[in-house]
Amino acid sequence: MAKQKGKPDISIERCKGCGLCVEVCPKKALEMSEKINDRGLKYAVLTAPDKCNGCGLCVIMCPDCAIEIVGEDEGKEKGKS
Amino acid sequence: MAKRFTRPESMKDKATHYCPGCGHGLAHRLLCEVIDEMGCRETTVAIAPVGCAVLAYDYWDFDTMEAPHGRTPAVATGVKRVLPDRLVFTYQGDGDLAAIGTAEIIHAGNRGENLSVIFVNNGVYGMTGGQMAPTTLLGQRTATSQFTRRSATEGFPLKILEMMKDLKGVSYLERTSVHSPKEVLNTKRAIAKSFKTQLDNKGFSIVEILSPCPTYWGLDPVESMKRIETEVVQEYPIGVIKDSV
Repeated sequence: MAKQKGKPDISIERCKGCGLCVEVCPKKALEMSEKINDRGLKYAVLTAPDKCNGCGLCVIMCPDCAIEIVGEDEGKEKGKS
Repeated sequence: MAKRFTRPESMKDKATHYCPGCGHGLAHRLLCEVIDEMGCRETTVAIAPVGCAVLAYDYWDFDTMEAPHGRTPAVATGVKRVLPDRLVFTYQGDGDLAAIGTAEIIHAGNRGENLSVIFVNNGVYGMTGGQMAPTTLLGQRTATSQFTRRSATEGFPLKILEMMKDLKGVSYLERTSVHSPKEVLNTKRAIAKSFKTQLDNKGFSIVEILSPCPTYWGLDPVESMKRIETEVVQEYPIGVIKDSV
């Protein structure tokens, strides 16, 4: 399994389903949902967490601040030890 | 759990009213990130425009004023002259800055007011229903150019930055885009430079951000970003137009 530096935590209610994160993901780890949220819009979901390396490009492209990267930062941990 | 890439502190935890894929959300976030990083949230005064971003003060957690349509640089001039130690910036769309506010922006630049202007150019009037703006590209269909924009009847796209680069009062002009992560980060750098220009008392600066309007371009958000990359940058080339800082 690929080493993980944290994974995107996507707010279902904040997501407007523009799909920019899905398009920009270099590992193709994100997809649009089949279900809809309270706004009546499809939302982005992390369907392949194993592929995700926590690069954060999805966060950079999200116009609605709906994504955060949550998890341990491997780089920082190494620096501590 | 550690969090990275979180919402900037000066952006309120509130969903915006913008359409899916709108560039205003990106521009708002970048501004807030820059302000947080420079640590000047308490000393910032933003002037919001008329247009889609008219409710920007609902999303920014720092002092914001509202100005009449296009008069944002005039209001900012007043604020900056009374409070010269504040970071004063205007946030304007292309209908606001390049149509009704052309006089204000040119004279604010010509006077060399120590201001930053964030100019979000999506080539269409978003709030009022997708009418043609002076910045609309030739061949683009809008509500008021139903047979597409033609130079014979509607003229040519107005390039404000190229028009203003010869004014002696203007210090820094740059055009950026938000169509890819690289360009988003480049936009953030340009905004930071514009703010720094002001804080160093080096004069007037504009950052023009090419932004998508998926709703009135009739494209989905991903296609809109591709349109910026392939079509819009042909008419409005990205880069530094003037830098005499």
